[in-house]
Amino acid sequence: MKFIESIRIAMRALAANKLRSVLTMLGIIIGVGAVIALMSIGRGVEKFVTDRFTSLGSNLLFVVPGQLEAGHPGTGGRINPLTLEDMEVLGDRSQNPDVRAVSAEFFTDATISREGKDMQATVSAVTPSFSNVRNWPTVIGDFFTQEDFDERARVVTLGQDVYTELFEPDEHPVGQTVRINNMAFQVIGVMEERGGGPGGNEDASVFIPLTTAQDRLFKRKTVSGGYQVSVIYVSVMDSDRIQETQDEIAATLRARRGISYLDDDDFSIISQNDIISVFGEILGALTLFLGAIAGISLLVGGIGIMNIMLVSVTERTREIGLRKAVGAKRRDVLLQFLIEAVTLAVFGGIIGIILGIIGAKAVSNISDSFSAVVGVDAVLISLFFSMAVGLFFGIYPAVRASRLNPIDALRYE
Amino acid sequence: MSASSTPVLAAPNSTTEAERSQPVIAVRDVFKIYQMGTMEVRALRGVDLDVWPSEMLAIMGPSGSGKSTLMNIIGCLDVPTSGFYALDGVDVGGLNDDQLAEIRCHKLGFVFQNFNLLPRTSALANVELPLIYAGTSGRKRHDRAAEVLDLVGLGDRLDHKPNELSGGQQQRVAIARALVNRPALILADEPTGNLDTQTGIEIMELFQRLNQEQGIIIIFVTHDPETAEYCNRIVHIRDGLIEADVATN
Repeated sequence: MKFIESIRIAMRALAANKLRSVLTMLGIIIGVGAVIALMSIGRGVEKFVTDRFTSLGSNLLFVVPGQLEAGHPGTGGRINPLTLEDMEVLGDRSQNPDVRAVSAEFFTDATISREGKDMQATVSAVTPSFSNVRNWPTVIGDFFTQEDFDERARVVTLGQDVYTELFEPDEHPVGQTVRINNMAFQVIGVMEERGGGPGGNEDASVFIPLTTAQDRLFKRKTVSGGYQVSVIYVSVMDSDRIQETQDEIAATLRARRGISYLDDDDFSIISQNDIISVFGEILGALTLFLGAIAGISLLVGGIGIMNIMLVSVTERTREIGLRKAVGAKRRDVLLQFLIEAVTLAVFGGIIGIILGIIGAKAVSNISDSFSAVVGVDAVLISLFFSMAVGLFFGIYPAVRASRLNPIDALRYE
Repeated sequence: MSASSTPVLAAPNSTTEAERSQPVIAVRDVFKIYQMGTMEVRALRGVDLDVWPSEMLAIMGPSGSGKSTLMNIIGCLDVPTSGFYALDGVDVGGLNDDQLAEIRCHKLGFVFQNFNLLPRTSALANVELPLIYAGTSGRKRHDRAAEVLDLVGLGDRLDHKPNELSGGQQQRVAIARALVNRPALILADEPTGNLDTQTGIEIMELFQRLNQEQGIIIIFVTHDPETAEYCNRIVHIRDGLIEADVATN
């Protein structure tokens, strides 16, 4: 009952000095606002990236040439490329029973043109299993078949961005011709929209058979005459056996590429979890950084609150004396000033949270690729810390107020 | 805490002979010595004073005579260095700060020369202040504060802030605040010092009426002889000792 009374008294005191109260809260407002905004944006980006990787197709492993991890000298500059044969060996179920399906991709940039329009796009030279392994269907027409692949057919499936760039909205693309580096290809389909991916925006790509690309379009075969690939996709049978599959295909590849047991792999196998966890580490570092900013601004805000509370105690010495004369105990005065400090801090925190959410939403409105995610935990933690700051920095001024001698306080000018 | 919330003196005729036989204020051989650096200041040097129900008295004396010190001790804002002081039968000597606050809350009312009202706070809220610390809440608190404001003649000014009231009205609010917890006595420190003569007379008449109708002990600390004229007893103090204690009409 007295507690509620104290809150009411504190609110009245703060309302009496609105400008000063708001200025005092500013440190907390800025700190909490920045943290909420950046955390929400960070969460949004994390969710966006995680969704992207998950949509790549479940249980996907990426095999790329060279050693990606730091601290492995000697592989730089002499990367032994992966080939189509490597992919075929990995897809051999008798050797790798945990592998469901495999695909491979080779990237090159090229000019795509049609009826006077042209654009730069990535040419993805892939195997027919690509659409299936990457869990990426077409929205119009089809992906090319094994026959197209074997015949080195000049057929192409367009990414969304290429389609919208080269075709009118009501134009039916299938059967039309586009030119890739001036070679005519027949359009057989359009891929679903994907957004950004591991290799940038994959919607600005066109998909053609790997055989067509390397026999007809670009001379990029290896010295031994194999088809060179940039990445091999391995789809795993059972998501509980990702690690086992990884070990399995590593062993297969080492054997095939004749790597001595003393030497390191000359390729890297990356799982979606690896990528997500690397991203998680980056985000963790970012969160730590934000935490430091928050800590500093809360500290500064807290000092501001303590400063203004000390001023307030001095200014209101007579009031304190009077309250004591009419029966306020130490605890009553202590509580009154403590609640004022906490109210300042918590109000600052609430305003900061609101501004932070508005800021995060504003940023995610500008960027259409992700939307900010406001975490309930972030809001609660911010509130908790605001309150803690108010308590911590309010206790000293409040104790000083409560210890004032009523006779001296009443006489104070 | 032994402080009782029942009115000590609801009306003069309710006091029995037994109660009358005991003084409300009993000061015995009180010393107050302050240490100012190496100097010892003996503000009170063995004061004896009894105050009985329904009395209205003035403590008079020049500056530095010790009258403020005596008032602080009677008002439980300070404790004697030595000697005995009982207020309404409670020995105040051994009490700590919070227990003194409790006594002030329930048994004492203060009226100051400069009113000491909370600024930007309505008359009603100012009068409610002692009730908050007494633990009275809600409707009861509001009604009691309004009742007392009505008693001092401000029944129609409940929501006025101090800066919207005249000096005399502000002092009335302060008197209402002193009355609201039904104290045994009111201590008034130069209550007319900041008021013009006519308003001062009105305030003194209000005190007189409260003393006569409610039987509340009123102690003035003053050096204004006109204030003293309203009292039925004048205590002169000089150099920390009671010099004269005279009954008047």
